[in-house]
Amino acid sequence: MSFGVIITALLALLLLGYFIGRKRSITLSKERSQKLHSLPQYYGYLIAFWSSVPALLILLFWAALESSFIISAIVTQLPMHLQQLSTDEIGLFINEIINLSNSGLIAEDEVKRQAVSRYNELTEFSTSIKSAIVFILAFVGMFVALSFVKPEMKARNLVERLIRWAMIGCASIAVLTTIGIIFSVIFESIIFFKTVNVFDFLFGTHWSPQEAIREDQIGGSGSFGALPLFVGTLLISFIALVIAVPLGLMSAIYLSEYSSPSFRSFAKPILEMLAGIPTVVYGFFAALTVAPFIRDLGESFNLSLSSESALAAGIVMGVMIIPFVSSLSDDVISAVPQSMRDGSYAMGATKSETIKQVIIPAALPGIVSGVLLAASRAIGETMIVVMAAGLSANLTFNPLEAVTTVTVQMVTLLTGDQEFDSAKTLAAFALGLGLFLTTLVLNIISLYIVRKYREQYE
Amino acid sequence: MTGNTTEIIKLKLAKRYAKEKRFKLYGISAIAVSIAFLLSLLINISVTGLPAFQQTYINIEVDIDSKLLKLDSQYSEQELFRANYSKVIKQSLKTMFPGVKGRKQKRALRQLVSKSAIYQLRDFVIDNPSVINTRQSLWFLARDDVDVFMKGGIDRSLPESDRRLKDFQLVWVDKLLAENRLEKRFNVSFFTESDSREPEQAGIKGAMIGSLLTMLVTMLLSFPIGVSAAIYLEEFAPKNNKWVDLIEININNLAAVPSIVFGLLGLAVFIGLFGVPRSVPLIGGLVLTLMTLPTIIITSRAALKAVPPSIREAALGLGASRVQTTFHHVVPAAMPGILTGTIIGMAQALGETAPLLMIGMVAFIADVPQGITDPSTVLPVQIYLWSDSPERAFTERTSAAIMVLLGFLIVMNFLAVIMRKKFEKKW
Amino acid sequence: MIDIEKREEFDIEIDKTVGKPFIDDAKFSTRNVDVFYDDKQAIFDANIDIGKNQIIAMIGPSGCGKSTFLRCLNRMNDTIQGCHISGDIKLDNEDIYHKHQDPVLLRARVGMVFQKPNPFPKSIYDNVAYGAKLHGLASNKIELDELVEKSLIRAGLFKEVKDSLHKPGTGLSGGQQQRLCIARTIAIDPEVILMDEPTSALDPIATAVIEELMIDLSKKYTIAIVTHSMQQAARVSQRTAYFHMGHLVEVNDTNTVFTNPEHQLTENYITGRFG
Repeated sequence: MSFGVIITALLALLLLGYFIGRKRSITLSKERSQKLHSLPQYYGYLIAFWSSVPALLILLFWAALESSFIISAIVTQLPMHLQQLSTDEIGLFINEIINLSNSGLIAEDEVKRQAVSRYNELTEFSTSIKSAIVFILAFVGMFVALSFVKPEMKARNLVERLIRWAMIGCASIAVLTTIGIIFSVIFESIIFFKTVNVFDFLFGTHWSPQEAIREDQIGGSGSFGALPLFVGTLLISFIALVIAVPLGLMSAIYLSEYSSPSFRSFAKPILEMLAGIPTVVYGFFAALTVAPFIRDLGESFNLSLSSESALAAGIVMGVMIIPFVSSLSDDVISAVPQSMRDGSYAMGATKSETIKQVIIPAALPGIVSGVLLAASRAIGETMIVVMAAGLSANLTFNPLEAVTTVTVQMVTLLTGDQEFDSAKTLAAFALGLGLFLTTLVLNIISLYIVRKYREQYE
Repeated sequence: MTGNTTEIIKLKLAKRYAKEKRFKLYGISAIAVSIAFLLSLLINISVTGLPAFQQTYINIEVDIDSKLLKLDSQYSEQELFRANYSKVIKQSLKTMFPGVKGRKQKRALRQLVSKSAIYQLRDFVIDNPSVINTRQSLWFLARDDVDVFMKGGIDRSLPESDRRLKDFQLVWVDKLLAENRLEKRFNVSFFTESDSREPEQAGIKGAMIGSLLTMLVTMLLSFPIGVSAAIYLEEFAPKNNKWVDLIEININNLAAVPSIVFGLLGLAVFIGLFGVPRSVPLIGGLVLTLMTLPTIIITSRAALKAVPPSIREAALGLGASRVQTTFHHVVPAAMPGILTGTIIGMAQALGETAPLLMIGMVAFIADVPQGITDPSTVLPVQIYLWSDSPERAFTERTSAAIMVLLGFLIVMNFLAVIMRKKFEKKW
Repeated sequence: MIDIEKREEFDIEIDKTVGKPFIDDAKFSTRNVDVFYDDKQAIFDANIDIGKNQIIAMIGPSGCGKSTFLRCLNRMNDTIQGCHISGDIKLDNEDIYHKHQDPVLLRARVGMVFQKPNPFPKSIYDNVAYGAKLHGLASNKIELDELVEKSLIRAGLFKEVKDSLHKPGTGLSGGQQQRLCIARTIAIDPEVILMDEPTSALDPIATAVIEELMIDLSKKYTIAIVTHSMQQAARVSQRTAYFHMGHLVEVNDTNTVFTNPEHQLTENYITGRFG
């Protein structure tokens, strides 16, 4: 029985359970001439839940783990010489078996033929066991739950408790996601740091994962000194902030302190549009228009620039993060109490003096946290740099040269035709770990400052 | 105040007002710069992309000769399908340009027409078998170089070696133009075809369907989960509970985690651990769900918070339970806000590229995906893939695909604005 | 239903300000002042003189326009969108709403203290030095130090804060904050000080300190104070103006207003029949 059929059957059971439960509660109430504690549909919901949800969970759980169990079962039955192959080669072999099984073609190789038939057997076996367990669970759930239905049963309270637990589960997905992120980057990173020294990774100045140093070196397919990447990331983020902070801050100041309401309602959405444009569009624009423009501009000053410069990527990224600076700054500037402004105007200060000397200092924590959020956004930004910054790992602070960033290298390392466990893919996870930790720290500081700031004016 | 003080203040006033004016100017220029950048981006993309909505077609007198097709007088459908249409087209072009000599030129002549002409002719013949052994005047897609030339992308005055079209090819094109055999038409195939190595055949249908399926998965998962989480946190969660605090911190932090990190999560957990296939809308949808959840939760909470407590008190006062109060009164009242937030989250997910690169949605896929477990790509990734192609015709198509993507985003945001306006309740 | 017939104050006509609104030695004089917020009129035809080195108190029920009127005197209403003013307001016989009149200069001459103490998020020293720095009143650090000290002494705050001049002004108690605001106002040596319910956010002891300070300051400055408390008006002011629903009802010597009010509305208010 296929996955889709089981799901459909379970949904049918869910509906059936609802009607049976409802009916039963009404009948019982009439038989015993006893008033129901809750409305009949709550009994229906309860039966519907027990007759489908546990079975569904088991089904999903099974489906998630099925393939890895079957594969490992096949691998243990393989001849010794095949078992001793590397993980990647076994993976390829397994893929071939699965493809053969799906296409129905007959393999010419005896070992493969056996593996295919074993795979087919196991899949069939797993499917029948799975269907059996799921349906037994569904029916048992339905009947046991039905046997509990009594007029005095507090069905509504039980349903509400279920709803509450379901909601807690949904909310907890955020925590699970974080745990998932941490585990997915940490495990691979640990394997990576077994072959590459942590200090060599953090402070090494030579990054070229593609080039093999020695053929026989395990995992050492290249050198992994990530310092040029960190410097490149910082350089581009710095350029972006140099663009975004003054423009974003001045825009926010103008919009909240000077502009008429009608201009504000026109300009604010336009500024926010900058954050809504997909980054791949910015990347294309940076590569197609801004980078050549900067190169031509440089040539007119007799500077020879590469067409992929840190400057082009940084400028475009800066424009992209303007709204992050401006909308948070706008919020905090508007939150500065009017009495501060009044106090300053009453002293004979002009508007700009009031802004510079009273409002900005008062709003500073909020502005700083906006800038930190923008910085975290810039460091993690991928598409603009992938498309406009280039791949050459130069250790340089010169914005006119091409640099590469952490995110660019992650994309390059993981989108090529690499095997999953090579040092190159592992390096991408190590870079991911660094990226996650850096942005995490920035985000937490920023959130903390905002929270403190809100408390101050509430 | 002594007169002296007034004098001192007066002395500096002009300078202070000049500063004031300058400061105000900085503010307005900051906004102007941002808007100018946005405009230049949009104009630039439009100018590059608009030509892609037109495509050059070429008219050929085709002799559908059964001998060239290598068909006997009796033929099966399969033989008709496998017949040698490429030879027919080659021969027809030769007849139109009799003087062509040499292998290089002959090849160039064949390349006036897109490769898709063969399939187009095949389908035409299969649909109308009676055309065999007749002469038909048919319109085919022109090759990308001819198309670029027709759109003014090739400068005749350049030296021949720097041009994609050589002198002899230009002679042919001129002849075709003189005979009205070249024509620009609306580019239907851009919307009805999938990706292709040949720019003139490449379209965005596959990517659009891929995006649609991915969004469907994202929507079906993130909306119920996100809204439930928001309802719990806003309406039921106990205050000062460690677990609830942890959830809140996580949501706020996840909203700012770089999207590429979600790609790593998808790669390691969904693909590596759970064996979800790569490159399919299912995995894309799963990853984008995790990414959009914080947005949906945060905006939904804001919408729930905006429902005045009096509504809750009224329902509770009538003896409704808290769950009933929430689902019968508070959630419906907050629905416009929740939907607006969901649309914004979806728009974000629709434009997202980086995490999808990590989970293999970056492969070249020429088929339209049929379901959520078929390999596919999505619109922004298609844009990324095309932007990497050196052909000029692809640049044009990249911009056009961007216009389509931005079009979708504008529609979605517009919807969100309308929804907010229409259902906005004043309490 | 409220029996409107019995609420006599609704029937009483206000056509002209009674009492003695005009005096000889006027610092401020206003004639026919109307104030609008968008279309809503907040002040109707206010005519009054404010005497030099005197304290004038403005009293009346909430929303009567007394604060609005006060904010006209240093053009603070300019900062509120949709607010416009007609009529003449003259400071030393100069029209302060004349187009050549500079609001920045005017506000330096007419200082203001607000209802809620609003020290800037700066140190105590910087709060007091703020105005002087803006207007370039001190040419060097020593002069500035002197000015800050002098102002703090005049505001009666110096003893309490002399060891913590560089701590934030927001850390002080409410009464101290308000005296800090007074100190920062007198640091630029204004001619008039407007006070908008300066003690309504303070406890009685802090209020007493501020009131004493006001009397002391009135030797040098002209002071206009808006207050909710009739006792305060009676304690500190020489003249009192009574506002009612945007109308200036009665102006007279404080003593006369409280002992022998001319207008029925004033009497109702001071005898506590409403307000």
